[in-house]
Amino acid sequence: MTLLEQVFRDEWGRVLAGLVGYLGDFDLAEDAAQEAFAIAAARWPKEGSPPNPGAWLTITARNRAIDRLRRDRTLAEKTRLLEVPEAVEDEMADTTFPDERLELIFTCCHPSLALEAQVALTLRALGGLTMEEIARAFLVPEETMKRRLTRAKRKIKDAGIPFGVPAEHVLPQRLAAVLAVVYLIFNEGYGGRVDLAGEAIRLGASLAELMPDEPEVHGLNALMLLDDARRGARFADGELVLLRDQDRSRWDAAKIARGREVLDRALALRGRGAYVVQAAIASLHMEETRDWAEIAALYAELVRLTRSPVVELNRAIAVAEVEGPEAGLALVDRLDLDGYQYFHSTRADLLRRLERADEARREYGRALKLAHTEPERRFLERRLAEIAA
Amino acid sequence: MKYLLQIYPHQGPEDWARLSADEQDALVAEYLEVSRSPGVVDGAQLQPADTATTVRVADGETLLTDGPFMDAKEHVGGFLLVEADDLDGALDLAARIPAARMGGAVEVRPLVER
Repeated sequence: MTLLEQVFRDEWGRVLAGLVGYLGDFDLAEDAAQEAFAIAAARWPKEGSPPNPGAWLTITARNRAIDRLRRDRTLAEKTRLLEVPEAVEDEMADTTFPDERLELIFTCCHPSLALEAQVALTLRALGGLTMEEIARAFLVPEETMKRRLTRAKRKIKDAGIPFGVPAEHVLPQRLAAVLAVVYLIFNEGYGGRVDLAGEAIRLGASLAELMPDEPEVHGLNALMLLDDARRGARFADGELVLLRDQDRSRWDAAKIARGREVLDRALALRGRGAYVVQAAIASLHMEETRDWAEIAALYAELVRLTRSPVVELNRAIAVAEVEGPEAGLALVDRLDLDGYQYFHSTRADLLRRLERADEARREYGRALKLAHTEPERRFLERRLAEIAA
Repeated sequence: MKYLLQIYPHQGPEDWARLSADEQDALVAEYLEVSRSPGVVDGAQLQPADTATTVRVADGETLLTDGPFMDAKEHVGGFLLVEADDLDGALDLAARIPAARMGGAVEVRPLVER
């Protein structure tokens, strides 16, 4: 990425957010921002970049938008900016604009939009990804992604989805929606197409900057950093490597340290939400010797918070480490997760450890049928071969 | 902005009849209270869907059929017309309508502004 591209990436979200707030129209704001960025791309390499690139871009975009509105009076009557004097680019070089990215995030992640639209909008508006990049990341044709975004922007406008931080009584729920979108982007990033994991971590960092007192924001950031730190070690020569067998020298130590620091901040804010607990579990998993009793206790807490059978499955794995495979299997067998790959692979593993080879083989077979990536399939096949031997 | 809140009660007359008189009174009072909230422009409860008549005009001739247009299981049982600053305002009001928590639902639709 060139320096100019880097500046654009860094400034895009803030410039666009300010414009949406000012113009009250997503499309107009996006067009104007794009125009301003294009002018900058043509001018800055020759004339040098201005001292305050963000302010320059914002003012230039505003002026372009006002020009366009003047040309189209009927549209102008409907916007918020009629009697606004045109700003002069040079004079306002050191003006600071309020950061309205938080308002924009809550607009993009409004639960009245479809989840896939929330994700696409967030990546476009705050991540500054191009339509083509987003389409590629989600393996859909660019046309499809374009339609999805157009429809979402039209709904924002026509349904009156607010641009603003939600009222206190809905804030926890709305914040949860925002965090879910960021985490979903992060998990998509495991596929490794566009660097979505990095994008999600950047979004999370912006959120923490904008909402420094929300423990769950820090919890999510810690979780993403700790997971991402292990990314390089999850595969060796294209083969899936379990956590216990991973080469720790391939873990990103700086990222782990940062993740733990962020986790400490979440805990200091008395965070006990689902992301904080997951981050704490991730942190424990990365200790030299794993404290399985503590991990099992945290999973119990997470089950209480999420009531998720998948989390209970994870608790069973931890319990098996503390009390033995028999105890783990007893918990697993209470779950109604038939058809879920990791349910079958977990059962298989516990049965294998209990030397119930026939049953283990059957369960590995079922997991194998459900596996959707090649490395997973090969991993399960290796395990099957081990039992046979 | 104006929004139409379409109320889908999920309750038939027989469910209503099963409630005690006190419960019925409490619900009616609650509906009245919501409909008197600031921002509510208009609202009404509708007669059951089987009282509906559907009208079509083809080649200048009016065709009438008995019953609602949509052959759906649930039908609109009432509505509120609401003026709100934005969608969140309308959603807040919708969430206070008893049907929303009693197994029914409220559909919030913005009106076209002219």
